[in-house]
Amino acid sequence: MTEDTSAGPTLAVEHLEITYRVRGQDRPVVRDVSFQVGRRESYGLVGESGSGKSTIALALTRYLARNGRVSGGSVRINGLDPLAMSTSALRDLRARTVSMVYQEPGRALNPSMKAGRQIAEVFEIAGLDRAAALDRAQDMLRRVQIADTGRVMNAYPHELSGGMAQRVVIAMALAAEPALLILDEPTTALDATVEAEILDLVAGLREQMATTVLFISHNLAVVAKMCDRVGVLYAGELVEEGPADQVFEASRHPYTVGLLRCIPRRGQRKDHGRLDAIPGFLPQPGAAISGCIFAERCSLAIAECREAPPPAFDVGPGHAARCYRHAEAAELPRSTPADVSLGTAATTLVEPIVTIKSLSKTFGSGRSALRALTSVDISIMRGETLGLVGESGSGKTTLARALLGLTEPDQGSVVEFDGQPLAAGVRGRPIDQLKDLQIVFQNPDSALNRRRSVRWLISQPLRRLAGLSGSRLTERLNDLIRSVRMEKRHLGLRPGQLSGGLKQRVAIARAFGGGPRLVVCDEPTSALDVSVQAAILNLLADLQAKEQVTYLFISHDLGVVRYLSDRIAVLYLGRLLELGPAEQVFGGPHHPYTEALLSAVPSLHGQRADRVKLVGEIPSAANPPSGCVFHTRCPRRLATGVCESVEPPLAEVEPGHFISCHIPIDRLRELQGNVALK
Amino acid sequence: MSELTAAPGEVAVARALAAPPAPWRLLLRKPTFLIGAAVLLFWVICGIFGHLIAPFDPLVQQLIAKNTSPSGAHLFGTDPLGRDVLSRVIVGARDILLIAPLATLLGTACGTAIGLAMGYLGGVVDAVLGRIVEAVLALPVVIVAFLFIVAVGPSSLTLIIVVGFIFTPLIARTVRTAVLVESQLDYLSSARLLGERPAYIMFAEILPNVLPVIVVEFTVRLGYAIFAVATLSFLGFGVQQPTPDWGGDIAANYGLLGAGYWWETLFPALAIASLVMAVNLVTDSIEQVISS
Amino acid sequence: MTRYLLRRIGLAIVTLWLLSLIVFLAGQVLPGDPGRAVLGPFASQAAVRAYDHQLGVDRPLIVQYLGWIGGLLRGNMGTSYTFRSPVEPFVVAALGNSAKLAVLALVIIIPLGIAGGVFAALHVGRATDRVISLTGLAASTVPEFVSGIVLIIVFGIALKALPFQASTSAGASIPDQLDHLILPVIPLVLVLFGYIARMARAGTVEALDSDYARTATLKGLPRSVVIRRHVLRNSLLPTVTVIATQTGYLIGGLVVVEQLFRYQGIGGLILTAANGKDFPMLEAGILVVGTVYMVATLIADVLYTVLNPRLRVGVSA
Repeated sequence: MTEDTSAGPTLAVEHLEITYRVRGQDRPVVRDVSFQVGRRESYGLVGESGSGKSTIALALTRYLARNGRVSGGSVRINGLDPLAMSTSALRDLRARTVSMVYQEPGRALNPSMKAGRQIAEVFEIAGLDRAAALDRAQDMLRRVQIADTGRVMNAYPHELSGGMAQRVVIAMALAAEPALLILDEPTTALDATVEAEILDLVAGLREQMATTVLFISHNLAVVAKMCDRVGVLYAGELVEEGPADQVFEASRHPYTVGLLRCIPRRGQRKDHGRLDAIPGFLPQPGAAISGCIFAERCSLAIAECREAPPPAFDVGPGHAARCYRHAEAAELPRSTPADVSLGTAATTLVEPIVTIKSLSKTFGSGRSALRALTSVDISIMRGETLGLVGESGSGKTTLARALLGLTEPDQGSVVEFDGQPLAAGVRGRPIDQLKDLQIVFQNPDSALNRRRSVRWLISQPLRRLAGLSGSRLTERLNDLIRSVRMEKRHLGLRPGQLSGGLKQRVAIARAFGGGPRLVVCDEPTSALDVSVQAAILNLLADLQAKEQVTYLFISHDLGVVRYLSDRIAVLYLGRLLELGPAEQVFGGPHHPYTEALLSAVPSLHGQRADRVKLVGEIPSAANPPSGCVFHTRCPRRLATGVCESVEPPLAEVEPGHFISCHIPIDRLRELQGNVALK
Repeated sequence: MSELTAAPGEVAVARALAAPPAPWRLLLRKPTFLIGAAVLLFWVICGIFGHLIAPFDPLVQQLIAKNTSPSGAHLFGTDPLGRDVLSRVIVGARDILLIAPLATLLGTACGTAIGLAMGYLGGVVDAVLGRIVEAVLALPVVIVAFLFIVAVGPSSLTLIIVVGFIFTPLIARTVRTAVLVESQLDYLSSARLLGERPAYIMFAEILPNVLPVIVVEFTVRLGYAIFAVATLSFLGFGVQQPTPDWGGDIAANYGLLGAGYWWETLFPALAIASLVMAVNLVTDSIEQVISS
Repeated sequence: MTRYLLRRIGLAIVTLWLLSLIVFLAGQVLPGDPGRAVLGPFASQAAVRAYDHQLGVDRPLIVQYLGWIGGLLRGNMGTSYTFRSPVEPFVVAALGNSAKLAVLALVIIIPLGIAGGVFAALHVGRATDRVISLTGLAASTVPEFVSGIVLIIVFGIALKALPFQASTSAGASIPDQLDHLILPVIPLVLVLFGYIARMARAGTVEALDSDYARTATLKGLPRSVVIRRHVLRNSLLPTVTVIATQTGYLIGGLVVVEQLFRYQGIGGLILTAANGKDFPMLEAGILVVGTVYMVATLIADVLYTVLNPRLRVGVSA
């Protein structure tokens, strides 16, 4: 609605400084950040946690927390300064010029107000009466491609799925046709297929409505997909900026280079070499740093870097890097040797260590019964890594918990370990069996008792499972500490005093303490930053080679799963849809769901032309579709109607490769052949 | 092991976050805490050494000096039996400061055990205990106290048991909520995978983590316990005369207000008010420090 | 919804029944027998036994209980031991008096407590917030009889501004009755203010910090609309339940205040009956109070369910 006449950029940030006041001390969290977003441009801000990216977004709309303030620099949106304007002018700016969408759509909506009314409010501000505003709100829902607008208009937020709620929030944000749309991690809380839909939607609407976009994310690939230009934030400073392809393909700052090396490249596997990691930690907020903020962790750093902060060097057209050694950045020495031999994966041994037969789990009963797993048959081979992928509600965590005995499966389910049936519940299992099966949980904050010291936490499994005490315990403890690359001085600390990566190392040490033969890794890196993730993945790969353990590796991140896994199992709504060697599952032909999942993942390296689009929402596990559970969203559903009525069996389509689909393998190969997924 | 020695970049460089200042240090910075603690300390000293501090024996009746107004000889005046009000106020701190904390302790101990069992064990245990807790909570507190005291007869012990009994379901409910939050966390699964027994998990793993909640709850309840004990004393269910007791003394003498003998009730009333406010200032500060 | 209501009412009835059982049994384990209590220590054993027989307390417990419950269901609450006449007139009159006091207290306190809490929340962290919070805390923790004593001394005796006997002679005008109720109602208001204000403040602070409040603000809505439509609608919901649970405390407060200001209410009736071992009176009083409390919490629960869309759906599903 704001068709302004000024010629400048939509957003101009100059030397922005933001400070939080914590316990009576000022802590700078954003330092000297400058960037501009031109008209109709899409600009991405990427950074890990603590980089200050969300703080910047909040400052732009003058919504910093009570203890935060802009301590320097300026902001102009369409030439106006939101930081200096009057309250009524600010309200006007928020109503008409800037909109914001952020991470958790469920929490962004008022729980006691109907969705339609919440969108309509935007039009009411613009002066429409209630009926007209509601009409326009329904129009907006159509524009964000909601089919059932009538239902959504009258739904309360808790009745909407995450993806649907985010569409409502986007509709609300775009309702006033703002000049600038700020998206702060808009898809981070969503599943991969839903994320892909939302990203496509945003890209399409941006085109249609000629909106300028500031896109904030920790996910490099998402930013690469969505943005024309990118700024890389590190510890509150903009270290590199330029056209997206330049920044990601020809990075000129050691941090960007390091960050990209932390991510498994498409097709990279653990036996082809290890990931590189960025050593060290983010500087403490408020730490006095005289030189380059990244110098501490940079293997290129020279004396100069520690003396004065580097200016922004021009390194190409529109491409700048704050690094004295930007010319050599691409040749940043590896911090982790690439050639460490990992020992061959024991895939040649094909005897199962775990056999699961018709595993089902129903939560609740009667009409509200929720079938988390429906007769899953699966074996895990000795020494392999079995990757388990699926979106939320697929039952992957339930499967892991049932295997461990933390969740008791339904009657008739069989779980065998080494040929011996396991008791359903953990309490029925003898110490020897407990010792064999351990887990690394997703979130170390949750998995470690925060009141205990690292020493206690790691000693406990040694005492309980390995039966050690005295000097033998100490010896083994020191051994473990070394193998997870921690130091003795960490032993006296509590989890709260450790960084995320260190905490996860403690959790790994605990899992390995009793000498397990199978370790479940339940999203072990998804709570961690990219630079920390790589080190943990390397550690897991090293430990597997050394201890000869079997992994059941659960992740929603297909790149990570592919890097570590020998075989892959794909779950959807509690059913096993596909199982096979990693190369075949990824390379195809694959189940249409796997195909969609793979094509939903944005890539750092160019766009894939024809994404397989899924329609609709993930159905509820309380009320799964008839026949093939995937038929409601399947783009390759057969016209014969068989998909709707008959559940396809899990058939071996190639040696060791199983797919549960009515479409014959050759037909799948034909259909998918033109899509390059390698 | 040799091929696995830490690669240079992968060594996890220590980053011990600056340890937050100890909670008690933060407490000492709060003026509300200091004021509350000072008043509380004053009454505790009166409770312990009251007989040594008091200018007169609180039980000795001077029948020639009945209902005398405050003066140099009797700073707070005397009561209808000629006893020194100041001395009775000083010595009267003892029983309430004994009964209220003991009652709170009893309620906290029982409530914590029940709350832990309900929150962690869940299922049938939670359902059955939950019904009982709900039933007790469904009665107005004062009614429960009445029934109890009428049935058992008034005494200090009855008072402790009654107030403890009333607090038990309240504390159980709070602890249960806190335990349910902990139950979502994986460290409990982790302990189960080490073969730990439920009792161990409840008391060694969960309890330390819900302790802050229990501490806050204890201090909050302590304030209410003083409220309840004083009130029940006033209603004649507490410490019996002639033992000096604030609530009891007010009950004995408030009928004389109409005659203008205000000092006999005002000073014990102010004593109660200062004690509950002191406890609540301390509570409020502790709550703020723990929640920050 | 209907199923939930029926279940909730059923639960309340069961609780009431349990209460009747407890009340009855508590009465039975009371030391001493009623005949002795009424006739005094010097009456002959035969007279006591005859009196007990006349009251029916020498019958088996179950017979007594069934007789009592049967009477209750027919609206007959029994005969007072002390007054030797039916208890209903006493209970009805006392309940009416207490209701006047309680309603007056609630009418004052609900708007005041909510306004105080919301005002503090809107100024969170500032001096006004601290003052309101600490005042509320102090007010809610001082027992009613303590603040009552101070009020009597200051306004009744020193200033002679207000009467400190709550009861008025029969046929007193409404302004006159109100005048007598002012001092007694203040201690009740003081105690409840803290509770309600604290809940309202906590709920409002949480809602103000919520993501949806941020969404509303960034939409460009005026602050007053954000607060009214988005913040208060969500924050005052929990306060509703608190107000209902406070009726329980209110009943406790009534006992004390009625005693202190010599007011013939239900609290005083129970207290007197308990001291005089007048079981029928005591049992009737407690059951009436229990019923009032049960109905109040029932209304609050239903109101909460109706106002909260989340629960509304969860319940009907």
